[in-house]
Amino acid sequence: MTAAHQFLEQARKVTRDLRHRGLIQTALRKYEVKRDEKKRAFPDWESARQAAAEVKWDAINHLDTYLEDFVARLESRGTRVHWASTAAEARDAILGVVRERKAKAIIKSKAMTAEEIHLNDALEKEGYAVVESDLGEYIVQLRHEPPYHIVFPAMHLTRDEISDLFHRELGSAQTREPEELTMIARRVMRQKYITADVGITGANFAVAETGMISITENEGNARLTAALPKTMITLLGIEKVIPALEDLALFLPMLATAGAGQTLTGYNTMYSGPRQAGEADGPEEWHVVLLDNRRTELLADPEQRDALHCIRCGACLNVCPIFKNVGGHTYGTAYSGPIGSVITPHLRGLKDWKHLSGASSLCGACTEACPVKIDLHHHLLQNRRNAVVEDAPILERLAYQLFAMVVNHPTLWQFAKELGRTFQPLHRWVLRSKLDPARAWTATRDIPPMAEMSFKEWWRTRR
Amino acid sequence: MSAREQILGRIREALRKPAPFPGHGHGGNDEHPGHEHAATPALLDRGGIAQPIIPLRPSVAARPWLPPGGVTHQEQWERFCIASTELKTTVFEFGSIEEAHAKLREMAIAQAWTGVASHHGPLTDAAVTALALPTLFTDGGYPVNDLEKCSVGITECDALVAQTGSILVTSRSTGGRALSVLPPHHLVLARRGQLVPDLGTALEQSKRRYAPDWPSMISFITGPSRTGDIERILVLGAHGPKQLTVFLLP
Repeated sequence: MTAAHQFLEQARKVTRDLRHRGLIQTALRKYEVKRDEKKRAFPDWESARQAAAEVKWDAINHLDTYLEDFVARLESRGTRVHWASTAAEARDAILGVVRERKAKAIIKSKAMTAEEIHLNDALEKEGYAVVESDLGEYIVQLRHEPPYHIVFPAMHLTRDEISDLFHRELGSAQTREPEELTMIARRVMRQKYITADVGITGANFAVAETGMISITENEGNARLTAALPKTMITLLGIEKVIPALEDLALFLPMLATAGAGQTLTGYNTMYSGPRQAGEADGPEEWHVVLLDNRRTELLADPEQRDALHCIRCGACLNVCPIFKNVGGHTYGTAYSGPIGSVITPHLRGLKDWKHLSGASSLCGACTEACPVKIDLHHHLLQNRRNAVVEDAPILERLAYQLFAMVVNHPTLWQFAKELGRTFQPLHRWVLRSKLDPARAWTATRDIPPMAEMSFKEWWRTRR
Repeated sequence: MSAREQILGRIREALRKPAPFPGHGHGGNDEHPGHEHAATPALLDRGGIAQPIIPLRPSVAARPWLPPGGVTHQEQWERFCIASTELKTTVFEFGSIEEAHAKLREMAIAQAWTGVASHHGPLTDAAVTALALPTLFTDGGYPVNDLEKCSVGITECDALVAQTGSILVTSRSTGGRALSVLPPHHLVLARRGQLVPDLGTALEQSKRRYAPDWPSMISFITGPSRTGDIERILVLGAHGPKQLTVFLLP
């Protein structure tokens, strides 16, 4: 089954699921209230957006120099940097480190890039046990599912489902208290942090000026992942670079506000190296894996280059009427929602993923929500155009040629109108049945009756 | 050719075509004042010319559009306290070190502390001496299992941030990476003068203090460890401390 078929089938199923819809809408309403409250703390949110867009523009449009700065500074403090052109190269780099260290247990904090390259599958196939430490990620990992949302991985589950899951997988007692459920995970995870020999993290920003990565989280799981294991590995996309340390003073509050409706997330941590001389703890070695995986293809498209400004806050998902109805898993991609629909065709091929450009009402809510002003809904439109330019379906092309011919010739147009008026009364006999020639349209829409008289005819009678 | 050269090569090739500067496109809410925009291109117009029209790097300069941190110490302290209440950080202000130590002893009894973890520093040394409980100092290394068993981690900090209610800690000045997250209670001893208005000021101050020899970790802690991963309901103490306490000392 193609990705497009899978999308349609899933979407049909999920949109009819009222329980799912209720859950998502309640969660997102809570988010909206908090986000609006936090946005009001900004004296001028629009200027903050413009500034964020400009800083990201600077970073992405001078990516080569900033990346080189970032890497040079990291390496000067004893960090090993691996460059990976493809997902396979990134997996190999990480597997190489894990093998060399003869790792027995791996703890991981949230990283969408790891989802993108299917890192856990690769590690497990080689016999390494990886545990997701973020609570939401841990829950979906126990369910053998990908995260539902890039910021709220388990938002599609009720507390009862999570309690059942923990009962089944961990043998814990059933409970309806989110607090107790969280404590169950906390107890499990504590031992994992202490025994793990490798910790894997993602990164939200890479600071060129100082050679640091910045990790944003609420739970403290990334802090522990980067503190206790002897080896630390960080995987990040090359587009994460920002020029200066002070830029974080802008991006950290914006990410928290747009992403989760918080003033600032619980822990915002900058790492510039492995444990340094005189420090109490921290990993003995740190590997940073820089991933391209066709980001440079997106970079080569000046029209949509700003999609690389994305800070993965998830704000566009939260306001998207399509996302709210079809849900995160329907997309079948690491990055869902509007941003996922824009970048996936670039990252994984337009041919198989162009259907995502249609997963939009073009309402523009995503563009307005984006803290770095990515022109999301126009990019969806551009992807539709690119798909047609690249490979127009023959029937569609013929249909438009025919249409163009008819509207360009008054006699033909007149004839088509007469034809329509004559046969429309018969249409209702086959309406929505297999014999209906317009079924693709009528399956979900009405066809209005044709006017008895056209404007031209009416004008003639007036004179 | 190495992967590094390949990736940098692809980037340079891609960047030969300029991209429009933000604000020229449709980025939403374009009518806001203060920024001049070129005429909006046609819906599917390709390209545009890259021209930074506004002097870039608004960073270090004034950022009037970010949430304010307050001008006077009093304003800043009020903001810090309001943010802390919302975050569920407990905050105490003391007139003297002795008062603070008395409060510490009171908390130790009320919460039945059995062991304390800390690091060497003028404020922490005095506090730990006043507490007279078994103490694990993390400086220079420690057994992780012992730290995990401690009731409280007592640290100093680099700064308190009024704008966000955050506490800035580092791996060098505050006892390593784990001390502020592994024990179930993190207690911070800060001096009055460490309060700064906003994140930008805290970062600039750190740069002056450390660059280029940075501690391997610097972290803004904003409230106790938290999660909303189950039905978006707030739970404290997801992995890190369930309790965060700030003592403001003279």
